[in-house]
Amino acid sequence: MNEPHTLIDKLWGAHEIVRREDGQSLLWVDRHYVHEGSFHAFGKLAERGVPVAEPGLTFGVADHYVPTRGSRRNIANPELARMVGQVEENTARHGVKLFGLDDPRQGIVHVVGPEQGLTLPGLLIVCGDSHTSTHGALGAYAFGIGASEVAHVLMTQTIWQKKPPRMRITVNGRAAPGVAAKDIALAIIAHIGADGATRHAIEFAGPAIQALSVEGRLTLCNMSIEAGARCGMVAPDDATFAFLKGRPYAPRGAAFDEAVEVWSALSTDDGAAFDQEVTLDANSIAPIVTWGTSPEDALPIDASVPDPAREPDATRASYLRGALDYMGIAPGQRLTDIAVDRVFIGSCTNSRIEDLRAAAAVLSGRTSKVPGLVSAGSSLIKAQAEQEGLDRVFLDAGLEWGESGCSMCVGINGDLVAAGERCASTTNRNFRGRQGTGARTHLMSPAMVAAAAVAGHLADVRPMLGGRKV
Amino acid sequence: MDKFTKLTGAACPINQANLNTDQILPARYLKWTRAMGIGNVLFQDLRFDAEGRERPDFPINRPAWRCATIVVSARNFGCGSSREAAVYALYDYGIRCVIAPSYGDIFSGNAIQNGLLTAIVSDEEAAEIMAKLEQAPEFPLTVDLEEQTILCGNRTYIFTIDPVRRMRLLNGWDDIALTESYRERIAEFKAGDRKARPWAIANAEP
Ligand code: SF4
Repeated sequence: MNEPHTLIDKLWGAHEIVRREDGQSLLWVDRHYVHEGSFHAFGKLAERGVPVAEPGLTFGVADHYVPTRGSRRNIANPELARMVGQVEENTARHGVKLFGLDDPRQGIVHVVGPEQGLTLPGLLIVCGDSHTSTHGALGAYAFGIGASEVAHVLMTQTIWQKKPPRMRITVNGRAAPGVAAKDIALAIIAHIGADGATRHAIEFAGPAIQALSVEGRLTLCNMSIEAGARCGMVAPDDATFAFLKGRPYAPRGAAFDEAVEVWSALSTDDGAAFDQEVTLDANSIAPIVTWGTSPEDALPIDASVPDPAREPDATRASYLRGALDYMGIAPGQRLTDIAVDRVFIGSCTNSRIEDLRAAAAVLSGRTSKVPGLVSAGSSLIKAQAEQEGLDRVFLDAGLEWGESGCSMCVGINGDLVAAGERCASTTNRNFRGRQGTGARTHLMSPAMVAAAAVAGHLADVRPMLGGRKV
Repeated sequence: MDKFTKLTGAACPINQANLNTDQILPARYLKWTRAMGIGNVLFQDLRFDAEGRERPDFPINRPAWRCATIVVSARNFGCGSSREAAVYALYDYGIRCVIAPSYGDIFSGNAIQNGLLTAIVSDEEAAEIMAKLEQAPEFPLTVDLEEQTILCGNRTYIFTIDPVRRMRLLNGWDDIALTESYRERIAEFKAGDRKARPWAIANAEP
């Protein structure tokens, strides 16, 4: 009998070109995604006067700086225009395919990759963006890298890495209606901490994970970086193959069937050992929101925020005071008593069609008490949502229906949450100032953002469901 | 890349866990090139209030630590966004070493690429060093990468660092040169892989 291997080992092994005695491995990169922020790396190539080694394995998108409100043909802000122009020039110069602003397939890099079938099981994928972990949902080994590494990959199509310790997070049971992949992700981060998986590669497993749609798995793997992980992944299964079939860049016909055969072996063998095991029960997970300034500050919606006066640890108490002060929340306040000023539905975490449907299901026939923006993860998703009439639901509820891009997740395209404003958001980071200087962010699922919009405060979506399917 | 061997300098304690790269360098400066002065906006929103006034209570604004070359902090320093510009900001401000119990993975990788040392000590040791610095702000730390020690007053702390990263810093090696020496192995791998995993190549423009 062969020694049992984890999925992580199998993916790693398939890409290892060299392993040095010092433990560093040179890995082959199957897909490299670049975006406007990759300009530092292209600059390094220009300095050395070298080309992109494998333009056919490199794909660009315009997402971080693209306007998601107003005209996209003539970008009024010269700085945004420059950032978008730069990625157009850099990819054109090196013969790299770009999903730019004039391409109907444009969208957020972590949405476009899977949508186009560029992200496939068994691939090693890198991108100069921490949420590259998203792509692991399809059974890929995918991780974010910095600008120097982006330059290295552009020049060599390889990357030096040390094999990470392996962590399996098993989620048993079944998530109740109204409990989404985002809630599972936040429950995990609250449980293990924002550094609970630092250095590790995570495999998510168990019945509650298998029961997730591919969209849900993408949300979950997206958030693995918020637990500090290098990457997160789910073993590919029939749901994965069904998702990929017919995608433009995925193998076609007989080639697809052959690939499925190979991909079907990409799972952890019985008895394979992990360096760490974590187990959760989905039955005990309620809809979750964050209250503080780290994704680990996450609590079930029926809870109250912590009271620093009751915290025995002085450092922790001082953190709590700082976070509550920044968030403008009283110690011990009930989460459902916290009024919101606006909502945002979008980002690579929760902007796929299923996310928009879930939010629309809650908003249908209702109005939002606060303003808000909905930005689909890709221009194709936007078109599909319009075909399904979801745009009407959002507009009728009083929300704005924007274009696709990173938008208010990080605000660098100008779509900012104002200082002091509180935003219920489907994004992934509630860091201080993430959505704008002084902005206050509460992370939650799309259905929960919709519930907050309807209620005007953080709210439990479950009583609002009444048969609606989210 | 600059080498790192030994450094003596003012050390600024920032006692905050999960100090993420959005705090180190706010996203609105990501369009800046280094030449535009990224070092000047290090910790911008922690250092200045909404009206642009300095917050006197933020450690690096205190006179003793204004010219710090070392930052000491709590667990999970540099978590969050992969922006390498967070490292540029620290480095261009003058910081050459961070001491903390743990780091965001991508951040510590980026740090090494740019000659910034990320030294690891325990939670207790980090807290102790920060407490000592609070009491004696002027007191310099000496960080010795060869010996893997931090000299703080009359006490010496041992820090850890990945041995490969240590060697790279000590020698100022960069990856590209190393990878060049494996050029043939890469070509061999690629040729074999194309046959073994034909499905891994993206379809031509569909
Ligand atoms: S949507 Fe947000 S988290 Fe995702 S890639 Fe864009 S900026 Fe990063």
